[in-house]
Amino acid sequence: MDVSDSVLDHLRRVAALPDLTGTRYELETEIGRGGLGVVYAARDRELDRRVALKVLDSAVVGEAQLIARLEHPAIVPVYETGTLPDGRAFYAMKLVVGARLDHYAAGPHSMGERLRVVRRVGEALAFAHARGAIHRDLKPQNVMVGEFGEVYVMDWGVEAVGGTPAFRAPDAHLDQRSDIFALGAVLQFVLSPNAPPALRAIAAKAMSADPASRYANAPALLADLERYQDGLAVEAWSEPLWHRLRRFGARNAMLLWLLAAFAAVKFLLFFLRNL
Amino acid sequence: MNKIVVGLLCGLILGAIDGGTAWFYPETRSVIGGILVGSSIKGMIVGLLSGWFARKVESTKWGVVVGAVVGAVLGLLFACLVAAMQHDHYLEIMLPGFVTGAIIGFLTQTMGTPAWRRAHGTSLPQSK
Repeated sequence: MDVSDSVLDHLRRVAALPDLTGTRYELETEIGRGGLGVVYAARDRELDRRVALKVLDSAVVGEAQLIARLEHPAIVPVYETGTLPDGRAFYAMKLVVGARLDHYAAGPHSMGERLRVVRRVGEALAFAHARGAIHRDLKPQNVMVGEFGEVYVMDWGVEAVGGTPAFRAPDAHLDQRSDIFALGAVLQFVLSPNAPPALRAIAAKAMSADPASRYANAPALLADLERYQDGLAVEAWSEPLWHRLRRFGARNAMLLWLLAAFAAVKFLLFFLRNL
Repeated sequence: MNKIVVGLLCGLILGAIDGGTAWFYPETRSVIGGILVGSSIKGMIVGLLSGWFARKVESTKWGVVVGAVVGAVLGLLFACLVAAMQHDHYLEIMLPGFVTGAIIGFLTQTMGTPAWRRAHGTSLPQSK
């Protein structure tokens, strides 16, 4: 009897379903495959809440321990680690209800909202780097935007298997600057085609082929983004004079109008008196 | 620099500029010194009041309004004083005073250290 590929795939998936005997979790459904394992939605029987359960292909729980050490609002919290009866390691973490960044960016979100997400990702990176942790595979598929706008960076410390070339630095050795490259690529990803040149310059600087030409760290990139949002000049872009004047005018519009009104009043009074 | 000092400095400078434009009227050149002094004092009073308001209320819109109103009122007082000396310059004093007051009000709102930052340092107080 011939069995179709789709049936075979289904049988393989069923066979690979984790046996959660002895744990406090009830399996619900597979929700994704990331890093070196599969992520399932599950229910925590003791606390009566839904969690995300990542079952790793190997017995290594380094990824979970890495994340557990990083307590940050934008890094998904780990609740528990353990070993399944079949020897596979697993960890339970917060189940994020929302959209992956690649799906979020396709929606009608303002530039301000997109930059807010990128800044939250950058803050998570800055926090992790300060504690010696590197993401290694930052990309829109590893960033979740929750239903209330909260941002979570997932799949920490797992070097991309194959991965997405556009977000992977050309560096021989992955380190913090590789994460900076990836953050710049994420920024470029969320920008619209007609994004301001300052923002495109920030992304380009972060994505320099030479690691020494990139931002030294995540806070430096975030500072440039903040300068852009405050209407100030950014380090990544040496803007032409006309653009500098236009930015000055935009930041000081009210003052310039008041000064123009003062000059107009003075001229008007002068000419009225001399009529 | 607190907002009252900002107001005083801006009022002094803008008041002097406002008074200095009287030089373009030949009939006033003989008393330009008095005009400069009076206009500078007027500007400093506007700056003082605008700076005090800016410490109490953080609103650029209302800062401009208050500065403009104070500038116009003080302009009226000064114009009455000048009129008492039989020189009628109500429009030349009040109108620029109104606009100068608006500028001073704007500057005191956007420059200087807000009162809450002076009280708590550079960050907001943490809730316990």
